[in-house]
Amino acid sequence: MSSTSVKEVLFAPVFSNNPIALQILGICSALAVTTSMKLSIVMGLAVCLVTGMSNLLISLIRAQIPSSIRIIVQMTIIASLVIVVDQILQAYAYELSKQLSVFVGLIITNCIVMGRAEAFAMQNKPLISFIDGVGNGLGYMMIMLVVAFFRELLGSGKLFGIEILATVNDGGWYVPNGLLLLPPSAFFIIGLIIWSLRSWKKDQVEPVDYKLSAHSVKGAF
Amino acid sequence: MFEHYLSLFIKAVFIENMALAFFLGMCTFLAISKKIQAAIGLGIAVIVVLAITVPINNLIYTYLLKDGALAWAGYPDVDLSFLGLLTYIGVIAALVQILEMVLDKYFQDLYNALGVFLPLITVNCAIMGASLFMVERDYNFGESVVYGLGAGVGWALAIAALAGIREKLKYSDVPEGLRGLGITFITVGLMSLGFMSFSGISL
Repeated sequence: MSSTSVKEVLFAPVFSNNPIALQILGICSALAVTTSMKLSIVMGLAVCLVTGMSNLLISLIRAQIPSSIRIIVQMTIIASLVIVVDQILQAYAYELSKQLSVFVGLIITNCIVMGRAEAFAMQNKPLISFIDGVGNGLGYMMIMLVVAFFRELLGSGKLFGIEILATVNDGGWYVPNGLLLLPPSAFFIIGLIIWSLRSWKKDQVEPVDYKLSAHSVKGAF
Repeated sequence: MFEHYLSLFIKAVFIENMALAFFLGMCTFLAISKKIQAAIGLGIAVIVVLAITVPINNLIYTYLLKDGALAWAGYPDVDLSFLGLLTYIGVIAALVQILEMVLDKYFQDLYNALGVFLPLITVNCAIMGASLFMVERDYNFGESVVYGLGAGVGWALAIAALAGIREKLKYSDVPEGLRGLGITFITVGLMSLGFMSFSGISL
């Protein structure tokens, strides 16, 4: 394989074929943790690791998996990887794993992992599958970091827990916008990200499914 | 006692709505909400599966996986809780399969109505999420039945409402880049904002 194709496989999911913005995959578990940059990075890395490794492992045994039970085989591999990640987090970053609560476990049902395993790893060689998995993980992480950046900065005046905008409560000037720490803001921010991505890359715009016909009786007026 | 269950149910349906407060089941939520008929079918399937899987996972957790749960089998020191994730997803996948077979044999009408949505439910995060929340919050068996049912009803309500809005929305003139997925996100955000008003209710 040439080096351009590796680069393409790695970076295409970040902008031009983003799993969240275009494929509507993996929105489920992630948005609740985007209230702070730190949590988003940990979550993003965990997803990168799981997608990469599951793609690698599934691709290694893709010729041996009978197609009738492939879903359950994929599920088992993914669940085992997630358990590993979960246990590592509990052992070395207990506080973080408490804050992430059930959302680490929910990586199992994150459609990105299953989706990439099914769509890419089942047909491609191990190494390129691994890169594809990491690329999709990165695309996911990028959206999460952008969302978390706005939510944490405007919601609590901090980035990575370090104060950037001095809030009124601490004698500063910035009045934090509490709405950004609540669930609805995540939807708005993602909607706006999709809008800007699609204004930049016009080919991602969806076709209209209903078009108003023009006025046909001009003479009437 | 009854009051406790009722308040848990209301909480699961409105205040802690699976889709709008915890972002769970989003993939199917956004993908299958174009037609109201399909949305209601999926909603009912989710209610059924949630109301069965959460209590069953509760029993498995209490009698097999919890720290010291195997005392009845003579192993009081065994803690299998790390196997939780694997077990729950296995139970969900198996149950969905069984449910599909049972419906196919005895309830043809319902089976035809649900059709393609049943298998989809295995990878719906709302199902897995409800089981994980049940473990995290230490619900007992009775509570887990009520919670599973409530979470399902809440999710079904949300997807039916969104599908209703989207059916009307397709006649509107949306800016180019926002068309489709973008405007749906904004809509869901507004719905979520509406559901937040329930959070003031304490029972």
